[in-house]
Amino acid sequence: MSVTTPGQTTKRTTRAADAHAPTLKKTERREAVTGALMVTPSVILLIVFFFIPVALAFVLAFTNARLISPSIQFVGLDNFTRLFQDPLFWRSLRNTLYFAVVVVPLQSALALLLALLVNVRIRGTNFFRTLYFVPVVTSIVVVSILWQFMYQPDGLINNVLQSVSFNVIQGADWLNNPGTAMPAIIFMSIWQAVGFHMVIWLSGLQTIAPELYEAADIDGAGPWEKFRYVTWPGLRNTRTFILVTISIAALSLFAQVNIMTNGGPLDATTTVVFQAVRIGYQQQQTAYASAISLVFFLLVLTVSLVQRYLTREKG
Amino acid sequence: MTTIANNTAPAAPAHTAGTNQSTAGRTAGRYLVRIILAIFFAFPLVFMFVSSFKPDDQIFADLSSLKAFLPVGDISLDNYTGVFDTVPAGRFLINSVLITAVTVLLGLLVNSMAAFALSRMRWRGKTVVLAAIIATLVVPFETFALPMIWWVNKLPWIVIQDFIPLYSVGWLDTYRVQIIPFIANAFAIYLFYSYFQSIPKDLDEAARVDGAGWFRIYRSVIMPLAGPASATVAILTFLPAWNSYLWPLMVVQTENLRPAMVGLSYFQQLNVLWGQIMAYSTLITIPVLAFFLVFQRAFVSSIASAGVKG
Repeated sequence: MSVTTPGQTTKRTTRAADAHAPTLKKTERREAVTGALMVTPSVILLIVFFFIPVALAFVLAFTNARLISPSIQFVGLDNFTRLFQDPLFWRSLRNTLYFAVVVVPLQSALALLLALLVNVRIRGTNFFRTLYFVPVVTSIVVVSILWQFMYQPDGLINNVLQSVSFNVIQGADWLNNPGTAMPAIIFMSIWQAVGFHMVIWLSGLQTIAPELYEAADIDGAGPWEKFRYVTWPGLRNTRTFILVTISIAALSLFAQVNIMTNGGPLDATTTVVFQAVRIGYQQQQTAYASAISLVFFLLVLTVSLVQRYLTREKG
Repeated sequence: MTTIANNTAPAAPAHTAGTNQSTAGRTAGRYLVRIILAIFFAFPLVFMFVSSFKPDDQIFADLSSLKAFLPVGDISLDNYTGVFDTVPAGRFLINSVLITAVTVLLGLLVNSMAAFALSRMRWRGKTVVLAAIIATLVVPFETFALPMIWWVNKLPWIVIQDFIPLYSVGWLDTYRVQIIPFIANAFAIYLFYSYFQSIPKDLDEAARVDGAGWFRIYRSVIMPLAGPASATVAILTFLPAWNSYLWPLMVVQTENLRPAMVGLSYFQQLNVLWGQIMAYSTLITIPVLAFFLVFQRAFVSSIASAGVKG
């Protein structure tokens, strides 16, 4: 993300000639003061509610702070040694990565397919686009409770499966089975969020010049060639953005787990953020939770950096 | 795979019956795919909406047939009236409206002002501030939510009691802890900033020659032109504010201060009344859905604009 500072590029008009130098000084000072004044509310709020908490995550991770604690002591790397010896942490890390590794490619691919579908101008395209997007505006909390109900052994999902397969598929107790709980959450999560990334792919598709497709037509390119040599290269920027945003969202998995399975069955769905919340909030161990947060932050940062590196402009 | 073909359906040579047939077939296929997907995305929400009017035993009885998606049988508003007996739903909804409205409105003001100063004015330290704001975009809220609880618990506040200002400590269990941390938004500042950059500088230069001050230029020249940016920011701050769950769950224990989403957790603890859950879910989803359907175009284009800058 590159941003140019306008002050460097804007040429000031020579409104005040040299003779009026004192006036110029005064207006310049006023501009500086007013500018600083206008930016102050945001800057203060971001310092208090972003930079300090982020810095605190780093500091508290090396202390024994509790939510309501009279004293704080530095304990060095104690929280981290404890963390790395905690099998539940490794379990949650593995579950989080499992979720991300499945969701990231699947959801981006499905979103791209949907985008290609609703990019075709046929009657009703707008209607379909709106409909595919509706789960996105529905709160994840509502969605989780709804799907929790539908996933019950005699629930809607199993009934639908039974009737479309003419009683061949009997379905499972999706959320109470360690083998199926995570896939069930994955399926629901994709259902909820795929529309969001469809729209982002769509915005990318619409930046591709139609002339490129016409040229490909003249060259006798088939649908696959057009996708491979026109569409795909044209989506390079969108691709990086989608990859990074889906990854961050996937690694932050929390609400679905908190509502549908509470980390179970047998810790099959516990995640890093879920652990951090459980320890930091329910058990009020702020310091230990900060250590988890710190590891989570490094995880997110590493994944984004690796993805940016892999999708960088080559040559 | 059909999708790719759809994208650029080759012009079929006319005059051959076979091709006409295959064109008709292709059109039917196109709609079939889209309709199946539409059903896939809509069915849970239709089920939720329809079930909210049915008594619990009928919801379960209807599961095995298409009736699950149809408003048939014993239809009533009983679940809706029941919701208000089970939880203080009215209070939760008012809280959510209040929190969302204040967050969005103050956010529009504060973020656009900052973007204006960054885009239009010369002052010391601007480059640093802009870089710092951009840097905040890559850190997910979850990474510092927990240290933040510890932190807001130590923040000071002034309460006016009987006209005497009193100093107090701790933000937990308040409206302000649900509002103030989310007003300044780096992404909103960035969206306003990019939009302001596209407004010609001649406009404010002219206003300055006419003797307008900076605040006046912001208020009467730039903001009236920034409608689309304001709509985008309003939408992108509305959604997370209305749907926020984790944060209020952790920092607000007093029932009277809780927002609508947290209200859902009440139904899980009590004896599970599915009909009422469906009714409550419908109630708290309708405001967003209505907002979305009314501003659908702006909604979709705002999210799209969020994507292009990668």
